[in-house]
Amino acid sequence: MKDNRHLTVFALTKYIKRKFDADPHLQGMYVKGEISNFKQHSSGHMYFTLKDEKARILAVMFSRYSRNMKFLPENGMKVLIKGDVTVYEPTGQYQIYVKEMQPDGIGDLFLAYEQLKKRLEEEGLFSKTAKKTLPPYPRTVGVITSPTGAAVRDIITTIKRRYPITNILLFPALVQGGQGATSIVKSIELANQRKEIDVLIVGRGGGSIEELWNFNEEAVARAIFASKVPIISAVGHETDFTIADFVADMRAPTPTAAAELAVPNIDDLLERVLNRQVRLVRAMKEKIGFQQQRYHRLKRSYAFRYPQRLYEQKLEQVDRVTEALRKSASKLSVTKAEDHLKLLRRLERKHPDELVKVSKENHFRLTKRLERSMGATLSEKQKEFAGMLSTLEALSPLRIMERGYSLSYNEDGKLIKTVSNVNKDDKIQVQLPDGRIHCVVSNIEESEGNA
Amino acid sequence: MPEEKELTFEEAMEKLEVIVEKLEEGDVPLEEAISFYKEGMELSKLCHNKLKHVEGQLTKILTDDGQTVDFVINEEE
Repeated sequence: MKDNRHLTVFALTKYIKRKFDADPHLQGMYVKGEISNFKQHSSGHMYFTLKDEKARILAVMFSRYSRNMKFLPENGMKVLIKGDVTVYEPTGQYQIYVKEMQPDGIGDLFLAYEQLKKRLEEEGLFSKTAKKTLPPYPRTVGVITSPTGAAVRDIITTIKRRYPITNILLFPALVQGGQGATSIVKSIELANQRKEIDVLIVGRGGGSIEELWNFNEEAVARAIFASKVPIISAVGHETDFTIADFVADMRAPTPTAAAELAVPNIDDLLERVLNRQVRLVRAMKEKIGFQQQRYHRLKRSYAFRYPQRLYEQKLEQVDRVTEALRKSASKLSVTKAEDHLKLLRRLERKHPDELVKVSKENHFRLTKRLERSMGATLSEKQKEFAGMLSTLEALSPLRIMERGYSLSYNEDGKLIKTVSNVNKDDKIQVQLPDGRIHCVVSNIEESEGNA
Repeated sequence: MPEEKELTFEEAMEKLEVIVEKLEEGDVPLEEAISFYKEGMELSKLCHNKLKHVEGQLTKILTDDGQTVDFVINEEE
């Protein structure tokens, strides 16, 4: 038979769940409490109980929400939560499905911290390349912290113990409370104005996050970044990370550690100096030893022990060479004498006496021949001459005149060849073979057709 | 070695290191080695003296009016 009065557990649970889901006040609601029974599943989902003094509620945070959280929840932690309340049907338990969670109390500070950190990081204030290197042997260490408290004592005693030859200058600063940031910034600027500061320690001892808060402020971060003097941050304990720690050139986990980072250990340095001195002496000893050995080796050498051996051999050599020289010199002179004799003989054979004799005979013979031929030529020429003379005589005009011809000359002695050579009354001479007739031209007749 | 301006510990230490290395390399002529050695010994003495010279090192605190006065740790705190 049908029973319509009784609901199934499932139906009831579904009904209750619908009531929860329909209530707008249970969706996207805010709740605060303390975490207990915290468990994180390997899937990343978180399961815990949120409680206060009087009540508790189961809570679930799925990994897709918890993934981006900036902190890891833990038991006892007070948190602020935003989520939806609904029923988990298999167990019939209502629970809150957490979508956002942040630590309670410091929630705003926490957010501010995260935001500032992100912004400064993007701006490059944390960049490794911007970090300055710490001086190895600072002559003056500047310390910016409260002049009272454990931090300043730890820093000063540590520096004095490790490196007593350095000076310390303390810049008293407020390191908590509203004026803290301004005080720290001013001290950093003052330290930069004083030229003697080689390295700065900025910090304070442990405390709550509110007490450390000055070191999370932007002004402090920027002052650290702007500092020309390298800065070591030393804020709180090992686990405390402040913005100042990220900007500083070096982060020390504690004030004591900051002092250790700031100065070397003098014992190490003394040992180093000593070690260098030992090495110097050893190197020099080795050097000298080596040169001494060289010197002794040379001194013991054969040449130095028996110096005469060096020249005895040479003397012998000189003798041998001298002998050879003498021999070859005499041999040379003999050869040369022979050569000379040979040449002399040849010269004698070539003596010019013979040549002179032959030449003289030749000369005599030639003279004779010359005389003979000259005589013959002369008589021949004389005969020729006589012939020519008689021919000449035959041609002489005197001979022609002997046949009745005469020559007429004018007063100047010029031969008259034509009637035009004379004028009437000219005195002319007529040459005959046996004398001259002086005449006067009485008349001139020109022959016909002889013009 | 005449010192026109006194070397800092750092400078002296650096010079000392260089000299030790040069001398250990061994290729240095004897005369040069001797002068290196002399200089090195003086430098190491200088370094040593600087490390031993504790007097005159001060812990001071800057006052509000910009003066520096001796600072003594308050152990009561």
